[in-house]
Amino acid sequence: MTIAEERSELAHEPEAGGHHGPTGIYKWLTSTDHKVIGKNYMYTSLVFLMIAGAMAMIIRAQLVQPDGHIVSQQMYNELFTIHGSIMLYLFAGPFAFGGFANFILPLQIGAPDMAFPRLNALSYWLYLTGGTTMLMGFFVTGGAAAFGWVSYAPLSSYTNSPGPGPDLWIVAIALTGFSGIFTAVNLVTTAFYLRAPGMTMFRMPIFTWNMVVTGILILIAFPILTAAMVMLYADRHLGTHFFTVAGGGSPVMWQNLFWFFGHPEVYILALPYFGIASEIFPVFAKKPIFGYKGLVFATLAIAGLSTGVWAHHMYTTGTVLLPFFAALSLLIAVPTGIKVFTWIGTLWGGNLQFKVPMLFALGFLVTFTMGGFSGVMLASPPFDFAVHDTYFVVAHFHQVLAGTAIFAGFAGFYYWYPKLTGRMMREGLGKLQFWIAFIAFNMTFIPQYLAGLRGMPRRIPVYLVTDHVTFLNQVSSVGAFLTGFSFLIWLLNLWISWRKPIAAGDNPWDGHTLEWATTSPPPHHNFTSLPPIRSQRPVWDQNHPEYADYNTEHDGTPKKEVETR
Amino acid sequence: MRKLNFRRNPQAGQRLRRLALGKSGWRTPLALGGSALALSACNVTDFGMHTGATTQGHDIFSLYQTFIYMVIVVAIVTFGGLLYVLVRFGRKNGDKVPRQRHSNVKIEIVYTVIPAIIVAAIFFMSVGTENKVDAVSPNPSLNLTVTAFQWGWRFTYPNGVSIVSQGQNYPQMVLPEGETTKVKLVSKDVVHGFYVAAFDFSRYALPGVTNYFDLTPNKLGTFVGRCSQLCGLYHAEMLFSVRVVTPAQFTAWLNSQGKGATA
Repeated sequence: MTIAEERSELAHEPEAGGHHGPTGIYKWLTSTDHKVIGKNYMYTSLVFLMIAGAMAMIIRAQLVQPDGHIVSQQMYNELFTIHGSIMLYLFAGPFAFGGFANFILPLQIGAPDMAFPRLNALSYWLYLTGGTTMLMGFFVTGGAAAFGWVSYAPLSSYTNSPGPGPDLWIVAIALTGFSGIFTAVNLVTTAFYLRAPGMTMFRMPIFTWNMVVTGILILIAFPILTAAMVMLYADRHLGTHFFTVAGGGSPVMWQNLFWFFGHPEVYILALPYFGIASEIFPVFAKKPIFGYKGLVFATLAIAGLSTGVWAHHMYTTGTVLLPFFAALSLLIAVPTGIKVFTWIGTLWGGNLQFKVPMLFALGFLVTFTMGGFSGVMLASPPFDFAVHDTYFVVAHFHQVLAGTAIFAGFAGFYYWYPKLTGRMMREGLGKLQFWIAFIAFNMTFIPQYLAGLRGMPRRIPVYLVTDHVTFLNQVSSVGAFLTGFSFLIWLLNLWISWRKPIAAGDNPWDGHTLEWATTSPPPHHNFTSLPPIRSQRPVWDQNHPEYADYNTEHDGTPKKEVETR
Repeated sequence: MRKLNFRRNPQAGQRLRRLALGKSGWRTPLALGGSALALSACNVTDFGMHTGATTQGHDIFSLYQTFIYMVIVVAIVTFGGLLYVLVRFGRKNGDKVPRQRHSNVKIEIVYTVIPAIIVAAIFFMSVGTENKVDAVSPNPSLNLTVTAFQWGWRFTYPNGVSIVSQGQNYPQMVLPEGETTKVKLVSKDVVHGFYVAAFDFSRYALPGVTNYFDLTPNKLGTFVGRCSQLCGLYHAEMLFSVRVVTPAQFTAWLNSQGKGATA
C-alpha cells in the first residue's frame, strides 16, 4: 500500500524520487533537507562535546592535587563555566533535539520533511553561530565568562564581570535559545500536521512523543531564558536595575527567572534521550514497549510538573516556600519511576539481544536510576541544606544528565548510524567503548558523592588536605581520563566504518518503526512507499504478520479472530 | 583583603597547608574520616556524611541515614529486578519471537502507587526535619551577625567584637557549646554561601536579603567553614573556621577581645 498514487509510480523508476541537488560542502551549506540538517546538528554537537570534554579533562587534572597548578584560578572559572554551558546549551540539547529529532522524527511519522524546512536551516545556522560566539570568549580581553553556567546576579553584572567575554556568552545563549525555539515550533508542527495516513497520535513512536513534549516544554521555558538574557544585558550596558539591589532590583529574581527556565531545561535535555531508550529496548527485546499509554502520560506528567519545581534550586536562599517545591519535586519521582519500570517491563519476557545500542541503553538505565536516587534525596530541603553546592550535587546531575546524554546518546548513535549513513559500526569496538565508558563514568562520579558529603564545594580549583577528599578526587580524575579515552575508541570506530564500510541494509536491527521502512540512507523526501500503519509498530507488523500488534491482545496472546490483510 | 593567586603567589599554597595541618590548634573536623583511603575507612553507618556537630545538623544527618536505608531497599528491588531480567531473558535464543505483551494494568498501578507512597513518606519526614532545622529561637543566648563579602567574612558579636578576614589569616568564629546562637546572615556584594560541612548546613548570603538561622553546637572542636556559592575569582579561598568552646570559655574569650580589637 502506498500513501499516494504518484509515489507508487515513482517507485518503479530506478532513480526513485531522485533529487539532483548540490553535493558536498555546497549541499551542507544550503540544504533544507531535514536529514542533512539533522546530521549537521549531530556532528556539530559532537564536536562541541569533544571541546567541553577536553575542558573537563583539564578541570579533573587540576583537582588531582589539593593545590593543583595546571591552570590559574581565573582560567579554571572560565573552563567550568564554558564546560557547563557547552554541555547543556550546545551539546545535550542540540544533539538529541536538533540532531536525532530532525533526522528521525519525520521518518518515524512517514513525513517527507519537516513542516518548515527553511526555518529548520535557520535554526541550525543560529545554533552554529551561537556556539562559535560562546567559544570566542576565550580570545577576548578578560577571557570568557567565568560566573558559572547559571550566571547568578549580581556576579554577572558589569561591575563584577567586566569585559566582552560575558557579553559574548549572553549573546550566544540568546542565539541558541532562538534556535531551540524555532526547532521546537518546527518539530511540534511536523508531528501534529505531517503524520502519514493511519499514524494517529497514539500510534506515534515514543521517541516522537517525547520530542513533541520536549518541544512544548521548550516553548514554555526558552522564552523566559531569552528574556532573562535581555534583562541581564540591559543591566550590564543600558543602565537598568533588574538585578541590582542599589537600583531597587532583586538578585533573587534572576534565580527565579533562570530556574523557571532551568528546571524544565533539565527535562528538555532528558526527555529526548528517554525517547531514544524507549525505541531501543523494544527492538532489542523483540517486544512492544510495555505500557505505551502509561509511558506517554508519564512523559506529559513530567513535563507538567517540571514547570513547578524551579525553586528546589533555591532551597538555601531562605526566600522560597519549601514544602510546596519539595512536594512537587518529589512527585516527579513517580512518573520517572513509571518510566524505569516500563523499561524493565519491556525487557521482561523478551528475547534480549545485547548489541551495542542495547548495552549503551542499559548503561543509561543504570546510571540514570542511580542519579534518580540522589535526586529524590536532594528534593528534600533539609538534606539539600547539607549538600547544596557541593560535589554531591555535581555527582547527581552528571549521573542523570551526562549519564543520559552520553549513554542514551551513544545508544541512539549506534542504533541509527546505519540509517544515517547506510553503514554499520563495528560491534567489537562498540562493546569495548561501552565497557570502558560505563566503568570509567561511574568511577568518575560515585567518588564525587562522597567528596560532596565530606564537604567539598563545587567550582573550586583548590581544596584542603584535611578535607580528606584528595584520594576521592584522584579516583574521580582517573575515571574521567578513562571516559575521555573511551571516546577515542568511538572515533576509531567511525574512521573504520568510513574507510571500510559494511553495508547496513534497510533494517539491520529488525526495527519496529517507519524509519526502517525506507532505504539507508533514505532518499530525498524519505519514502517511495509506506507499509500500512495499523499499530505503533508498522514495520514489525509487516515483517512479522503472525505476531502483528493488531492481531494480538494486550497480554500477548493472539486475538481469537485473526485479521488478514 | 589581599588578592591571592597560586600562580602569582606561591605562599598561598603554604597558607592553605598551614590552615589544614593545624598551626594554631587546628583539629581535624573529620574525626570519623580517618585516613585518606576514606572510601572504605569511614564508619559504616554514617554513609560518608558528617554526623552533624549541631543539633540541627544532627537532625539532617538522621534524615540522611533514613534516606539511605530507603535507597538501599529500593535499589535492591530495582537493580535486582533488572539483573534478574538480564540474566533470565538474556540467553541466546536466536530470532525466536517472544510473547508480545503490551501492558498489564495491575502491574502498572502497583509501580505507580508504591513510589507515590514512598515519596509521600519522604515528604512528611522532610517537612518534620525542616521545621526543626529552620526554627529560629525567639530568645537565643547569642546573636551573631555574619557578613559575607568578596572574598572574606566578618563575624560581629553583640558587644561590638568583630572578627574579619585579614591578610594571611582566615577569620575564626567562636561559638558556645550547647547554647543556641541565632545567626543573621547578609552579603555586601554578590551571592555567597555560608557552609560548615561538619554542621551539615549551608545557607545563601544574598545581597538585599537578610537570612536568620539557629546553630546549636553539640561538639567541642574546630571546624572548616567556607563559601559554597561561586562568588568570583577567589571563591575557593573564602574560608573561615568555627571553634566551639564551653560557655565559660566563650564568655572569657568574648571579654578578652577588646572592643573591635581585630576589626
